[in-house]
Order: sequence, then structure tokens, then C-alpha cells
Amino acid sequence: MTQLTCQNLCVGYDGKTVLTDLNFSVSAGDYLCIVGENGSGKSTLMKTILGLQPPCSGKILTGSGLRKNEIGYLPQQTAIQMDFPASVSEIVRSGCQGRCGWHPFYGCKERQLAANAMEKMQITPLAQRCYRELSGGQQQRVLLARALCATEKLLLLDEPVSGLDPKVTAQMYALIESLNRKEGITVIMVSHDIEAALRYATHILHIGPTTFFGTTAQYLQSPQGRLFAARKGGEVS
Amino acid sequence: MSQMAEKLTLYWTFPFVRYALLVGILIALCSSLLGVTLVLKRFSFIGDGLSHVAFGAMSIAAVLQIKNEMPLVMVITVVCAVLLLRTGQNAKIKGDSAIAMISVGSLALGYLMMNLFGTSSNLSGDVCSTLFGSTSILTLSQSEVWLCAAISLAVIAIYVLFYNKIFAVTFDENFARATGVRAERYNLLIAVVVAVIIVLAMNLVGSLLISALIVFPALSAMRLCKSFLSVTVFSAAASVLCAAIGILVSVLAGTPVGSTIVAVQLVVFGLCSLIRTILGGICQ
Repeated sequence: MTQLTCQNLCVGYDGKTVLTDLNFSVSAGDYLCIVGENGSGKSTLMKTILGLQPPCSGKILTGSGLRKNEIGYLPQQTAIQMDFPASVSEIVRSGCQGRCGWHPFYGCKERQLAANAMEKMQITPLAQRCYRELSGGQQQRVLLARALCATEKLLLLDEPVSGLDPKVTAQMYALIESLNRKEGITVIMVSHDIEAALRYATHILHIGPTTFFGTTAQYLQSPQGRLFAARKGGEVS
Repeated sequence: MSQMAEKLTLYWTFPFVRYALLVGILIALCSSLLGVTLVLKRFSFIGDGLSHVAFGAMSIAAVLQIKNEMPLVMVITVVCAVLLLRTGQNAKIKGDSAIAMISVGSLALGYLMMNLFGTSSNLSGDVCSTLFGSTSILTLSQSEVWLCAAISLAVIAIYVLFYNKIFAVTFDENFARATGVRAERYNLLIAVVVAVIIVLAMNLVGSLLISALIVFPALSAMRLCKSFLSVTVFSAAASVLCAAIGILVSVLAGTPVGSTIVAVQLVVFGLCSLIRTILGGICQ
């Protein structure tokens, strides 16, 4: 049931290699958190997995019926989107574009899919609202609903809680957890929030000078994880 | 009032007035459709930039003494438009500076070449007429009108067919690419269509007007509308209305066509901003 495997993967941009020799695999229903410091190559790895840039070397394999364009993606917001005049339903529906192929317009199936996704994200009442007038948390849920239109299997989330206040952050994590547990959607999340990663994730990929990949329990026993646990312990006492 | 109506009926009998109205409205419609995408992609100045490129291309044609310059100008402008728009939000040099570079560069090279190798005695006159539109919209021939109508209809058809794709690529190019939309293809399509419209419009109405036609309707619509569809429809309607009013006023009052249309658009933009301020005030 392995959905995604990276073999000896090296990623980088502009001919510079940022990460070398990554080996990890994600199975259906996993919740993988990718953690690491700023500049460690998290976003580059993400873009490579999504096929937005080619790997320097190594392979990314998809398995168990997952096609390359069936990966739902929650990007970080761009400046253009901040004042983009579009309604919530228009944005959610645009997640169906990948499956539309050459069809110019959305059919019943796509409309239904978008309606279901909005229902799951609890944004149905906002359907006709203008995206730029929503709060940060609502905007994230709209983009998550759009990602759900593109996939039923695997979601890639790029720092989904950055810029959100603690209450909305907790709601966002709860939503993602329910997608993972109830809907059985595999989640890969890039995050700065190691504490939340330890609470929700089944697997951790720590990238940096030394790379760690394993279950959350194994991570806590690893040198990197112990370093974090020690720091946290220090803060508490 | 009846005097004005009489004057209009009289002018209506002249084919050049009907041609001007038809071509003006079609070009206004096409450029406003693409304008929404261009403004949102931060390419508002592409009209200016590409018309300068077309100027550079024209001076190459003049130096090489090519009689029918249209194909060469079209090819060079399309290539530049593709270079500008292809890379989208992942570009190393961002939209505004890329346009500034290409626009100023081709303007300078064009002028330099005309100066060095030019054969004409009236250099500044030539430059001025190429920059601000050599043919006025009131001196169109029938074949130009047909060409313009055909291209406009093609642009409208392409826009309607690819409306959803254009929305997806404009809103979030990376997401579109990640989920299997061939974003490069649609960026290419947008670039080619934009270049064709700009070259066409530049010859007919001048480069001053084409920038205004791209930017103003989209900005006016974005003051008031809350969905992409309503922005598109509103800006198309506003653009057509402004073009029609502008052309009729300029025919009646004898003012220059291009600047009259731009003035009408300024008024409409002002009105939209005012309505938004008032509505915003009420809602709060």
C-alpha cells in the first residue's frame, strides 16, 4: 500500500543541490510531517514531489493506483491571491481542472465534488462570498477544499497554519486530522510546528545536516528528536 | 438634442463611422477580457511594453526595406510576449521589471537603428506616427475591418472555451501545474492572444489607447464585483460601453478618438470607486 517512494532522491534548484540521498516512503493513511530549519530544503522537496521542478537525481515513485496528478496541494498564499476577485465556489471548483482534461466546462460531477469538498470544510455558507474578504483561517479552508477536489488519496500541505492565531490553528489541525482518520486521506505536511507534528503525525521526516525518517515514536528516541524533547523539557521546567 | 440626433443620423450614413464603431467595440471587448487576467498577473503595462516591441520590429522592417511589415512585427511581438508571460510567477526577473527591460530596450534599439540606417528624411515624424498609431480608427478600410472582426471573434471564442483554465492558471499557477493542468500551454496561449490583439489594436487605435483598454475596465470591475465571472462580464460591458460612447462623442465633438475613449474610461473608473466607497461606508 505504498503510495509514494523516494529513492536516493537529491533535490535542489538552479544547479545547487540542497538535499542529498533522501530515502523514504509513504503508505496509504499515513500522516507524515516534514520538519527542519529554514533553508533546509523543505519547500524544494515539496515542489519536487509535486513535479513542479525535476529532481537532481534519484527517483520519486508513486504506487497503489496513485497518479502523479492526484496529489492535492495546499500552497502558501501568494501576493496575487490577496486581492484576487473570485468567489469561494469558483476557487474550489478550479481544483477539478486537473481531472477535466480537454473539457472546457465543469459538469455535474465536478459541481458535486466541489459541493462535497465545501461541506467537509464547513464553508458551504461562504460559497458566494468573495475570497479576499475572508479571514485567514477561512481562506485556508477554501484552499483545502480546492485541494480535496483534486484528490481523494494524498494531500500535500505547505505550512498550513502559518499566520493563523492559536484558536484557528487548532481548528485547522483538527480538520486535517479528521481528513486523515475519517476519510483515509494520506497527509504530507511541511511544518515548523514540531510540537503539533509530534501530536498528530504518524511519521516524521527531519531534514537538515542529518536526516531522520521514521515513526513518531522512533523520532523521539533519535538524536534529533531527543534534542527537541530536551529543549522542550527545559522550557517547561 | 434633436440637432445631435440629426448629426448622428447623418454621420451614420458614412461607412467609416460604422467601421470605427464596430472595430472599436470589438477591440475594446477583446482587450478587456484579457485585461482581467493581465492586471491580476501584474502585467498591466504589457500593452505599452509590447507596442514598443512592435515599434522596434517596425524599424527593423523599415531598415530592411520590407514592404509588408505586418508578419515580421507580429512574429517578433509574439515571441516577446511569450518570453514575458511564459515563466509566470516562477520568473527570475519579475513581471514589471521584465516589461520595463523589453520595452525600453526595443524602443532604444529601434530608434538607434532608424537613426543609423534609416532612409527617411522625416525621422521624428515617422517615430511619432509609429508610436502613437499611424492609422487613425476613422480611416479603416473594409479589409482591415474584416480582419479585425475575424480575429476578435477568434479571441472571444478562445477565451470562452478556455475560461476555466485561464482562471485556474491566473489564480494559482503552481497548484494548477501540480494537479495536472498544462499551465505552460495556457500561459503560451494567453501570451500569443495578447500579442495578436496588441499588434492589431496598435495599428488601428495607437499604443496609448491599448494600455487603457487593457487596464481600466478590469480595474473598474474589480472595484465592484466579487467573483471572477462578474468581473469578466462587467469589464467587458464597461469597456464596450466606454468605447461606444467615446467614439460617438469624438465623432460629434471632433475630438481625437483614442483620448476621448480613455477620458470616458477614467470617468467610469471614478464612478466605480465612488460607488465602492459609498457602499463600503454603508456596510460598515
